[in-house]
Amino acid sequence: MEQFLINPECLVYDNHIETLSSTPFHYCPGCGHGVAHKVLMEVIHELGIQEDTIGVAPVGCSVFAYHYMNVDMQEAAHGRACAVATGIKRVLPEKYVFSYQGDGDLAAIGTAETVHAINRGENILIMFINNAIYGMTGGQMAPTTMPGQKTSTSPYGRDVLSMGNPLKITEMIAQLPGAYYVTRQSVHTPKAVRVLKKAILKAFQYQKEKKGTCFIEVVSNCPSGWKMTPVDTISYIENEMFKFFPPGDIKVPDAKPLVTVTAEQEN
Amino acid sequence: MPVKATVIIDTELCKGCELCVMACPVKGLQLSDRFNLKGYRVVELYTENCTGCVNCALVCPDAAIAVYREKKPQKAQTA
Repeated sequence: MEQFLINPECLVYDNHIETLSSTPFHYCPGCGHGVAHKVLMEVIHELGIQEDTIGVAPVGCSVFAYHYMNVDMQEAAHGRACAVATGIKRVLPEKYVFSYQGDGDLAAIGTAETVHAINRGENILIMFINNAIYGMTGGQMAPTTMPGQKTSTSPYGRDVLSMGNPLKITEMIAQLPGAYYVTRQSVHTPKAVRVLKKAILKAFQYQKEKKGTCFIEVVSNCPSGWKMTPVDTISYIENEMFKFFPPGDIKVPDAKPLVTVTAEQEN
Repeated sequence: MPVKATVIIDTELCKGCELCVMACPVKGLQLSDRFNLKGYRVVELYTENCTGCVNCALVCPDAAIAVYREKKPQKAQTA
């Protein structure tokens, strides 16, 4: 190929940024975690806040997030990343604090911590990676598993009558007054990744202005857990997951809340 | 004149998931017959028409792709 192109001046996309460590990701081929890590770290790199950022790693597939993110990281007990992030932010209020959690961590075992941290309006960014399955433990049914989706603990598909509906935790927490910016994005197409990057950028700016909790759900894929090729997971996200988890902003600043119940309507 | 651009794929990081193959608008990326040290078949660039749109690098879950694009020539000074 043209050798004259390979020089730093022509570099338009650098995959070896200093906020990403040189450790290769251990994730399965095609896993959305890698993209989410990369986008988050690109934003921190572009804002130049590597020294001032503290991340909280969850339990789940992304438990080794601290190996890949070259910022200060703290591992939390399963589901308690929001609580740990609260503590860090209160002790070091000038630092940027984010938690990075999966759906088994945030929406199942850590629901209480998440809801209460957001209800207190803690000034943190919560990244919620929703891949509709427990990936690390071998593809068991998660609260966010789609109706009819086959997992190792729902081999005939999730039956809504006996196993309930997928948990729309993002819509749920958008009702809380402490939540400032709540959005749902995805990582399945280049366009979606660009939009996600803007959302994270916005969330860090709100954190700087001390506005309240920012919550970003990332609809992701799990080729191993879903038993599909990575390419097939993209169409599954578009055709199945977006029915239940439509991408878009759910609560934006200076906008009307989703549900406004006034006293007149109640009567 | 088309834009001159190219991608450099770190084949040791590539896991052959083919998401970049899907994302490429000029269909220039394909799985090759080569294997890397981990045993994955890796993706390679098979075109001269790369536009440097960065799509492949954005969706690459393993941060294996760097994109280089020729700078636009400076506009000629008009008298």
